[in-house]
Amino acid sequence: MQVNGQFQPTIVAFCCNWCSYAGADLSGTNRLQYPANVKIIRIPCSCRLNPMFILRAFQRGADGVILCGCHPGDCHYTSGNYFARRRMTLLFNMLEFLGIERERTRVEWVSAAEGAKFAATMNDFVATITRLGENKRLEDLRCKSK
Amino acid sequence: MQRIGVFVCWCGSNIAATVDVEAVSQALSHEAGVVFSTNYQYMCSQAGQEMIQAAIHEHRLTGVVICSCSPRMHENTFRKTCERAGINPYMVEIANIREQCSWIHKDKAVGTEKAIILGRAAIAKVLLNAPLTAGTSPVTKRALVIGGGIAGIQTALDIADAGFEVDIVEKEPTIGGKMTQIDKTFPTLDCAACILTPKMVDAAQNEKIKIYAYSQVEAVKGFVGNFTVTIRRKARYVDEEKCTGCGLCTEKCPQKKVPNAFNLGLDTRRAIYIPFAQAVPKIATIDADYCTMLKTGKCGVCSKVCTAGAIDYHQQDTLIEEHYGAIVVATGYNPIQLDQFDEFAYSHSPDVVTSLELERLMNAAGPTGGTLLRPSDKTHPHTLVFVQCVGSRCDGGEKGKPYCSKICCMYTAKHAMLIREKYPDTEVYVFYIDVRTPGKNFDEFYRRAVEEYGVHYIKGMVGKVTPQNGKLYVQAADLLGGQQLKIEADMVVLAAAIEPDKSARPLATMLTASMDTNDFFTEAHPKLRPVESPTAGIFLSGACQGPKDIPETVAQAGAAASKVIGLLVKDHLVCNPCVAESNELMCNGCSACEKVCPYGAITYIDKEFRGPNRTTLLRRIAQVNPAVCQGCGACTVACPSGAMDLKGFSNGQIMAEVDAICR
Amino acid sequence: MNDAVETVRRISGVNPLKCMKCGKCTATCPAYDEMEYHPHQFVDMVANGRLEELMGSKGIYLCLSCFACVERCPRNVKPGALVEAVRLMVIRQQEQNHLKPQEIPALLEESLPQQAITSALRKYRR
Repeated sequence: MQVNGQFQPTIVAFCCNWCSYAGADLSGTNRLQYPANVKIIRIPCSCRLNPMFILRAFQRGADGVILCGCHPGDCHYTSGNYFARRRMTLLFNMLEFLGIERERTRVEWVSAAEGAKFAATMNDFVATITRLGENKRLEDLRCKSK
Repeated sequence: MQRIGVFVCWCGSNIAATVDVEAVSQALSHEAGVVFSTNYQYMCSQAGQEMIQAAIHEHRLTGVVICSCSPRMHENTFRKTCERAGINPYMVEIANIREQCSWIHKDKAVGTEKAIILGRAAIAKVLLNAPLTAGTSPVTKRALVIGGGIAGIQTALDIADAGFEVDIVEKEPTIGGKMTQIDKTFPTLDCAACILTPKMVDAAQNEKIKIYAYSQVEAVKGFVGNFTVTIRRKARYVDEEKCTGCGLCTEKCPQKKVPNAFNLGLDTRRAIYIPFAQAVPKIATIDADYCTMLKTGKCGVCSKVCTAGAIDYHQQDTLIEEHYGAIVVATGYNPIQLDQFDEFAYSHSPDVVTSLELERLMNAAGPTGGTLLRPSDKTHPHTLVFVQCVGSRCDGGEKGKPYCSKICCMYTAKHAMLIREKYPDTEVYVFYIDVRTPGKNFDEFYRRAVEEYGVHYIKGMVGKVTPQNGKLYVQAADLLGGQQLKIEADMVVLAAAIEPDKSARPLATMLTASMDTNDFFTEAHPKLRPVESPTAGIFLSGACQGPKDIPETVAQAGAAASKVIGLLVKDHLVCNPCVAESNELMCNGCSACEKVCPYGAITYIDKEFRGPNRTTLLRRIAQVNPAVCQGCGACTVACPSGAMDLKGFSNGQIMAEVDAICR
Repeated sequence: MNDAVETVRRISGVNPLKCMKCGKCTATCPAYDEMEYHPHQFVDMVANGRLEELMGSKGIYLCLSCFACVERCPRNVKPGALVEAVRLMVIRQQEQNHLKPQEIPALLEESLPQQAITSALRKYRR
């Protein structure tokens, strides 16, 4: 999205309910700033993230997608984040094959105590996506609202 | 079409300072489906909640979006508010505009814009919400404890004390476990049998407790509150009802050359035996591997001497089926096999023993009647060398275990102290890597061994033990003294690492309970739920969860019992309604979901469907048990046909949120 | 110096930081009496980057390469492999062998065990 001639990326962050969503809450409680471009969607576990959701986000014009889950070994559902890790590895490889920059997608493990890490991750991710520019390759122009 | 109400909270100035709440409620009022939109200072206050309820009645709302703090904070509050106003609690969605918006942004325009987008996403989701009802399932008020050691006994006693029936399944002919073999306990040095056997008798006499000794769990079906367990009662060849435990048969049996497993093979017993005098239940058992009658059909001495007529050579294993609401795993531990540590000459010399064997050699009821004698020539040893960490703290490859076995430091200090006390003429050396004594009165105990009893503690490992001329030549390192020591010892005692019992792995598969790479059961949360398995209704007691000493085991056993009681007092279990659901018309029965489910909540059934021309088709379809499913959603992604979906976080709902954010 | 430690780690394939200082290598070493630095000290010195002292020590040539320490180490640290790696470092630095294989028989003592002879060939092969 262009705002006053400046590129403002749209970023979707999927956060697991038990660790990363709480981590995001914590960064709010501690008033740690990160750009408003990041919009968080709550999912029960990182393994709930269907790769289709990421593709859908890109199709609808998102410029970057990040998945945050519990640290490996800490999953509330024992093994969910391992599934997520495998699925995302496959998906990201496929996206790379399609010519999508590897940096547009990311998986990060954020625990409920890591508010600072959440904010730092989001700052870094937004900066990366701003540098990469608009997602042109996967956006479906027919879905554009204007 | 849904009628949605939007309520924007100011949270005092927490939200209102960086988000223009009026603008947000204005903007959201134009969204599709929204019939009412307002803002208020404190939505969670009594007045705010009444306002929501009034709006629900007045505008006949079917769904509610609340733009406020994190759902982790007040989701439940607002769900209850709406439930009281007569709409399903799961028709409420929260847009988190405080923690994830107002608190992290300074610019009001930016904050307002983001709040509107978050509100839109919540509206998009609630449009697809469906009313959900939490199901209930009944609870069988009976518990099963697998393993009859001190952990299992304590758990069973505590559960029975609360008034619930509990069964113990023990694979050995008697309950009691490892603690029956131990001589004294640290750090108080009371006799293990004196404190354990009364508990065993309590368990046997408690009318709420039923003991299935010499039995094994064969199969487990069902889920929390409703387990069906098949138990194999192994043939003892002795009628349990008739046997009085007089022990005459165990004296008359002509087969005398059976290694005595209770004394770890240090002496022999007969083919028909009672493991030890205080066994519970005190019933004789025939060892089928050695009994001449069972092997050749010629003998029958025990049958002739038994006045009760209890011997039955034709007894068969029987299978019984029981129903339980909760299962406690208390399968315990064993010392590891020492084949891979042959440098200590364990297999070459009978005078190299494990610590558990030393317990028997020092026990008054043991093979030597409590006098410490060398197994090889039955003479009194003058120099003893203890080696710590044998197989513990290894690299974890082919050799040994990567973890610390935790109990060895303390029992070695105990052995060293007892030997020095009983036989002051002996020299005792302990070779250690670290001495770990974190426990009440534990370090004091170890210091006493060093300071009062003069045990030689030497930092360093033993490199090799060479048996020669009836002596054991020990070559070891003294790292602090910077020298290699050569000690001529009479006995070497190895503190072998402990590992979970071999029966634990197949049991975990039956229970769908998870295990770590060392075969210890995993707890639901390492800090906050240490006695529960991640699988609902399965509880962990004692060393099956990790190395533990007796006080810790008893504490954990009590904790597991209290969790079981907490489950059994409920008549019904309320299930989480946000569970997976399979669309049976789309499911092709491929089993992909079953493989990823960490709880074993998915089963397959063959169901008849209407086919063309009045035919019926039998198709395999997945079925989710809502009482077991925890709602992680792993299966929804694994499903290739898109049949599996998660209530409350459906594919459609998440896609709608994505669309709303990217619009 | 860190480069040298890195080289030793690469040649030996051993991470000396895995050592938990139990001393089983020293306890098992048959050449203990001859060596200036004992196996556990050796691992510690590599871990702390004291390679120059080690490379100057006679001890590295007295190691029999019997690999008893490697066999028995509970943490798979392989002190024997570290000794070999340090020896190789010296040889590489000098760009020559410490010994020529044909000189070995003359230097051997009658009392040396057979294993020492075979491991000497291992030791000085390059």
